[in-house]
Amino acid sequence: MAKFRLPRNSQIKPGKKHPGADAASNAREFQIYRYDPDSGENPRVDTYQVDMDDCGPMVLDALIKIKNEVDPTLTFRRSCREGICGSCSMNIDGSNTLACLKPVEDVKGPVKIYPLPHMPVVKDLVPDLTNFYAQYASVEPWLQTRTPPPPDSERLQSKEDQEKINTPSACILCACCSAACPSYWWNSDRYLGPAALLQAYRWIVDSRDEATGERLDALEDPFRLYRCHTILNCTKDCPKDLNPGKAIAEIKKLMVEREH
Amino acid sequence: MNLVTPLNRVLGLGSAKGGVEHWWVQRLTAGALALLGLWLAFALAGLDDYSYAAVVEWIARPGTSVLLILTSLTLAYHSWLGIQVVIEDYVHGGAAKITLLTLSTFAHVAIGIVALFSILRISFGAVS
Repeated sequence: MAKFRLPRNSQIKPGKKHPGADAASNAREFQIYRYDPDSGENPRVDTYQVDMDDCGPMVLDALIKIKNEVDPTLTFRRSCREGICGSCSMNIDGSNTLACLKPVEDVKGPVKIYPLPHMPVVKDLVPDLTNFYAQYASVEPWLQTRTPPPPDSERLQSKEDQEKINTPSACILCACCSAACPSYWWNSDRYLGPAALLQAYRWIVDSRDEATGERLDALEDPFRLYRCHTILNCTKDCPKDLNPGKAIAEIKKLMVEREH
Repeated sequence: MNLVTPLNRVLGLGSAKGGVEHWWVQRLTAGALALLGLWLAFALAGLDDYSYAAVVEWIARPGTSVLLILTSLTLAYHSWLGIQVVIEDYVHGGAAKITLLTLSTFAHVAIGIVALFSILRISFGAVS
């Protein structure tokens, strides 16, 4: 049955108020979700003040400043700080996005930062993406062929066919889309979610791939594919401006096409 | 401790090799209902007299009867498919899910048959 009550350790309590930067004219308040499973305590929301005159423009800059200067226990993933690694995905101001691409000045009032919703939390802003990565692996995201490669060249593809995979290939697997999808929240054990389906589509439309039928076979399932109810939070939240919702719709069209 | 690999859990029981028909028919019935709904709205709005006798006379007309039967059965079918999706979305766990899906099927078949029977009774003059 659907669970209408949250597990005990998911109830969030008020947390510490860290002082600092109060006197600064350009101080911004950051309210950040904190959870340490080893402590046995419930999650809490800590408040930090950051002087934006002495900080880079993005939310990630502020997080790094807080970790370096105020609270070294604050835990989050980050790497490239330019929207290409997909590590710093989190829920900022109510939407999933990359902290490195989200300007602080786009947020009105206190900047509220939570981990990606409906994922198990490892610590603070770090979600457990094991299931998400396994779903990606399950769509076999590599080229599958029966025709041997040409002996003296690469497998060729027309410019038009290349353009079909250009955009879906730009996915960085940050999980913003899947973690924004209500259908994925309720059924992530069986529904593959927008990210994995976008990548499935990327291989289905690849003109060089010869496993298109097998790929569609694997997705032909009431849960794996058809839990998508075109809510389109995926497309709204994608920090790379991709369109997983459209890719899923295209897969559904191909499913109908091969039956008629 | 769960020793089953994450990929094994995702692969689960494999693809059910189904769902296309369900998805397609849900859209097909939605399109049909858009047209039938328009007809019903305009036909009802166009009635001069809403008295019991006048409406029964209107339903008994062959064209009205056929279109009303179409609307009722399509609606029952579309609703059956839709409620099934809602149950599958929100109810996890075998027994409760199967029970609700069964009850929903029984209810929708009953609604369809009752509508069909009622309209036919009027069209064949058993009600006046």
